[in-house]
Amino acid sequence: MFNDLPQKFVQDFIEKERWKYITSGLKTTLLITALAVIVGVVIGAVIAVIRTSHDQLKGRKHGTGMVLLNVADGICRLYLTVIRGTPVLVQLLLLYFVFMVSCQSKVVVAVTAFGINSGAYVAEIIRSGIMSVDIGQMEAGRSLGLSYTRTMRLIVLPQAFKNCLPSLVNELITLLKETSICGYIGLNELTRGGDIIRSNTFDAMLPLLAVAAIYLVIVMFFTWLMGKLERRLRESDKR
Amino acid sequence: MINVNQLVKKFGSQLVLDNISEHIEPGEKVVIIGPSGSGKSTFLRCLNLLEMPTSGDIIFDGQNITDKNTDINAVRQQMGMVFQHFNLFPHLSIMDNLTLAPVQLHRMSAAEAREEALRLLAMVNLSEKADAYPGQLSGGQKQRIAIVRALAMKPKVMLFDEPTSALDPEMVGEVLGVMKGLAREGMTMVVVTHEMGFAREVATRVLFMDEGKIMEQGTPEQIFGAPKNPRTKEFLSKVL
Repeated sequence: MFNDLPQKFVQDFIEKERWKYITSGLKTTLLITALAVIVGVVIGAVIAVIRTSHDQLKGRKHGTGMVLLNVADGICRLYLTVIRGTPVLVQLLLLYFVFMVSCQSKVVVAVTAFGINSGAYVAEIIRSGIMSVDIGQMEAGRSLGLSYTRTMRLIVLPQAFKNCLPSLVNELITLLKETSICGYIGLNELTRGGDIIRSNTFDAMLPLLAVAAIYLVIVMFFTWLMGKLERRLRESDKR
Repeated sequence: MINVNQLVKKFGSQLVLDNISEHIEPGEKVVIIGPSGSGKSTFLRCLNLLEMPTSGDIIFDGQNITDKNTDINAVRQQMGMVFQHFNLFPHLSIMDNLTLAPVQLHRMSAAEAREEALRLLAMVNLSEKADAYPGQLSGGQKQRIAIVRALAMKPKVMLFDEPTSALDPEMVGEVLGVMKGLAREGMTMVVVTHEMGFAREVATRVLFMDEGKIMEQGTPEQIFGAPKNPRTKEFLSKVL
């Protein structure tokens, strides 16, 4: 198994420039992850704010604004239930073969699928971040005459974001690894790149180990970054 | 200045404020005392609608603030509030804590707000803390900042909700000192406190609350010197 390793290495990566499957796959993986994170955080933040304001204002406010908020909250709950209740692979296939069938770009389909999926998890992360901010912060902002929205944006959300940053990095790591299922829609990301080499050379070990090592290195980098970030945040708390 | 008519507040089925009517004149320093759970903090928090009254009216400057068409944010800009736990914004510098609301609400330009903040910081002897963060301050310093943060909006009335209850004993004096200075300048103040010395020295009127009602009220001399209500007597015998 191991004695012809050098030849296999040459065959897997050097011949016909097969290493390019890995590098271009890596680029696609990083692109999908980065864009999906942005979509996910935007969706998540909006849902978190809608759901928290609904919970906080319930029974205190009335009128059309509150009716709209009730409707929005209902939609958000439905979204969270459906997205968290079904596998991301099924969601991806549904988008690709049913809902976005006319879309030309597989990357766009993947970003949409992972963005929408991640948004549901990010929403709950940010919501718990908002709830971890002392209620006195909201009261202090309101007592100065700032509106609910402005207090949320200027005072509560910045603190909530800081509280949930570690969980958000965690979600990013999960998302990065989840994009490996994009091969199901024929998108050439990192995992699929390794798999293409395997099917060309009939050697599974080296290409897949290389792919695994690359994921591992990226995840270790994010973990290291998170540790550094946490230390810095703790320092600013002490001050 | 503040007219309270038949104010009732219930938390669920629990009656916290039982039909309170009260009138606060401009320039008055009203100190509210009473045992914990008597409803005094809830009463204060109803005045700027941090608690929504179950029924009754609160008229501030001729405007019914319990009316749902009233712009409560505009009303609150006229009423400063100081909390037991300071509630400074920990992610902002002291300067930003002071200038955030005046600038955001277009009461002042950024430059004017900064100048006003420096003046207020000098007033409470904390000029050197302008660029510090709340986490770097002692409790007493935090509460002095919280007071001037409210003053930066140039309110017509200041509400204090047990401003010294969360402080170490040696820091109570510096906060009360600032409040006394404010009183001397003629600020209308409503103060919920357990500091009987402060009530005696500064109050123009003392309200004794128990069981959601104002049981007795009068000048500090009347309340502390010759209380009439047996509840007042009992309370004062415990705290004095």
